[in-house]
Amino acid sequence: MPILSNLSEKIQQVFKKLKGKGKLTEKDIEAALREIRLALLEADVNYKVVKEFISKIKNKAMGHEVLESLTPAQQVIKIVNDELTELMGGSQSKIELADSPPTVIMLVGLQGSGKTTTAGKLALHMKKSGYRPILVAADVYRPAAVKQLHVVGEKSGVPVFDMGTEVSPVEIAQKGIKHAKASGFDIVLIDTAGRLHIDKELMDELVRIKDAVLPNEILLVVDAMTGQDAVNVAEAFYRELNITGVILSKLDGDARGGAALSVKAVTGCPIKYVGVGEKLDALEPFHPERMASRILGMGDVLTLIEKAQQAFDQDKAKELERKIKQRSFDLEDFLEQLKEFRNMGPLEEIFEMIPGMNKFKNLQLDEKELIKAEAIIQSMTKEERANPEIINSSRKRRIAMGSGTTVQDVNRLLKQFSQVQMMINRMGAFSGKKKGRKMKLPNWGFPPFI
Amino acid sequence: MPEIIGKLKNRLSKTRDALFGGLKSLVGGRKLDEELFEEIEDVLIQGDLGINTVLELMEFVRKEVKAKGINNSDEVLSLIKQKIEDILKENCEPLKLISGQLNVIMVVGVNGVGKTTSIAKLANKFKKDGKRVLLGAADTFRAAAIEQLEEWAGRLGIEVIKQQEGSDPAAVAFDALKAAQSRKADVLIIDTAGRLQTKKNLMEEIKKIKRVISREMSGAPHEVLLVLDATTGQNAISQAKLFNEALELTGIILTKLDGTAKGGIIVPIVNELGIPVKFIGVGEGIEDLYEFDPAKFSEALFDAEGGMN
Repeated sequence: MPILSNLSEKIQQVFKKLKGKGKLTEKDIEAALREIRLALLEADVNYKVVKEFISKIKNKAMGHEVLESLTPAQQVIKIVNDELTELMGGSQSKIELADSPPTVIMLVGLQGSGKTTTAGKLALHMKKSGYRPILVAADVYRPAAVKQLHVVGEKSGVPVFDMGTEVSPVEIAQKGIKHAKASGFDIVLIDTAGRLHIDKELMDELVRIKDAVLPNEILLVVDAMTGQDAVNVAEAFYRELNITGVILSKLDGDARGGAALSVKAVTGCPIKYVGVGEKLDALEPFHPERMASRILGMGDVLTLIEKAQQAFDQDKAKELERKIKQRSFDLEDFLEQLKEFRNMGPLEEIFEMIPGMNKFKNLQLDEKELIKAEAIIQSMTKEERANPEIINSSRKRRIAMGSGTTVQDVNRLLKQFSQVQMMINRMGAFSGKKKGRKMKLPNWGFPPFI
Repeated sequence: MPEIIGKLKNRLSKTRDALFGGLKSLVGGRKLDEELFEEIEDVLIQGDLGINTVLELMEFVRKEVKAKGINNSDEVLSLIKQKIEDILKENCEPLKLISGQLNVIMVVGVNGVGKTTSIAKLANKFKKDGKRVLLGAADTFRAAAIEQLEEWAGRLGIEVIKQQEGSDPAAVAFDALKAAQSRKADVLIIDTAGRLQTKKNLMEEIKKIKRVISREMSGAPHEVLLVLDATTGQNAISQAKLFNEALELTGIILTKLDGTAKGGIIVPIVNELGIPVKFIGVGEGIEDLYEFDPAKFSEALFDAEGGMN
């Protein structure tokens, strides 16, 4: 289920209606804004934030330049896009690093918002970015929280500092940082216990931790499914702790994520990351402008390219480029491509990022088909993979048996491969012919099963 | 334990405003016009009641106002309050155990709503009623979930049936059921891993858990309870809908009502899906679980002093 899909769908419908009209009257805009208002409210955006947002757009959209321009609908969409981006923070906000390490990051939030998992994800993210992070277990209240952090730490390959549950969280935080300094860790992530924003005693405890360790960042973890209450929570944590940023968790469900749009508006704190899955690598930096495009159905090509770059092996990509030029793309390469394509993450998420592709949102993208294709190719001999034309019916039967599929499945795969091969050969011819204007090869560009 | 609850209540009471407490001052003595209706709409939306239910409610109000010639704005409030109570009362019945046999209760929900804590509270409640309780640790996915359940069980003196982390949850449920039958337990509560309702494979997995239980004991599971976090917004409707489609829920446990969220989301859920609320959770203490009372709940939505517990 694509991110923020419900909101996205509704707003796109509104835009579609607008685009259908050549000229726009004030009434048309009023009607469109009313629908956007409802869509936002339904997406749990705080109602005060919605009011302000709508009135801003109204002010800009009702002007003569918009109404009398040749493409009024486009102008309105642009205004909504700009305002939406602004509402979510304008531009990307990164983690503030300490001048002299270690950088101390404190994670706070309500119970069940996903702090411990997020701590693990952030630790892994930092580690992948070349830092040496350490996790500090300062949740001494929830049963088995320390154990959970250890498991998460082990999975992400990041060490965990703990002192059991009999020591005060303030002392644990202090000693944790001391330990980090002594052992050369440059990022300290403190996992604190979940607490209610109106629980005076426990909020005071956070203030004591803050005063004792002077963190560079205090990040509030907010569940993307939170309703109108998100604003109360964020305001309270901001008031008590001066939080420096927000991580939005669980954005991978059909959460409408309205919290994302309100929290920034009421606290002024930027959203720094979003959690988009249960696996530890499912954490993405938050880009307001890209999220706005996604909501408005304009796709998010930048994130897609980054994902592709991460998932694909550069050397293999070069090798592929060479093969394409020599027109020697075979089933072995096809298999490699399938694997790398799957590395990029769930198909639905990928398609959501391609402009225009969310029309196909309801298409059932069956990852199993990809797995099946892999199995079929893996059941072929090396010779068969290099020369698919030798695959006769008895070979097909053997391959089907070996891969647990049917001969029809094998046939289908071979047909798809030959289409891809044809396409690739054309690309090879193209990139060979035109000098100077080299075509950049989108080596992720052929999902074979859609 | 009681003094802890007292403490908690004190700590929370100051900030415990009623969700719609503001409505009173809003409508007080005002003329009944569209402007007022729209403002009431805003407040109801702010309470997570959701667009559809709010529009429905307001349509009802407008009709009543016209039909009965109401011109007192306070009456409008009691009209709304009564309507919400009526919605919540629909097929609302307390959870009843069948005596003289094993009762299997499956507890499900998305991540972080408080399933394990709610199970501990439920177990405590049944144990206090003199029942023999057993727990099944079928959350084999989340790190340290089994330990968390065991820790609670240890405090309560209740046995947990478990396997390794990562093992098949349906197999754990099967083991737990067999153990409960042979130990002649009255209640078996099965903890399951949190899962987003949109993850097809995980929803298939939980259906399988239910299938395994029904196959081994006819009539089981006797209850399938969905745990909902009161701070959740409109997504809770999707949670209730999809879990209900997969498992035929018998009730809801609404947790975390001790925060500033008042769980208004329950109104559209009961209204649109007809799944009754069975319990509410109001704190981290083992005793902080109460049977749901529609009258008190809607009262609490409107009055700060209205007792939820």
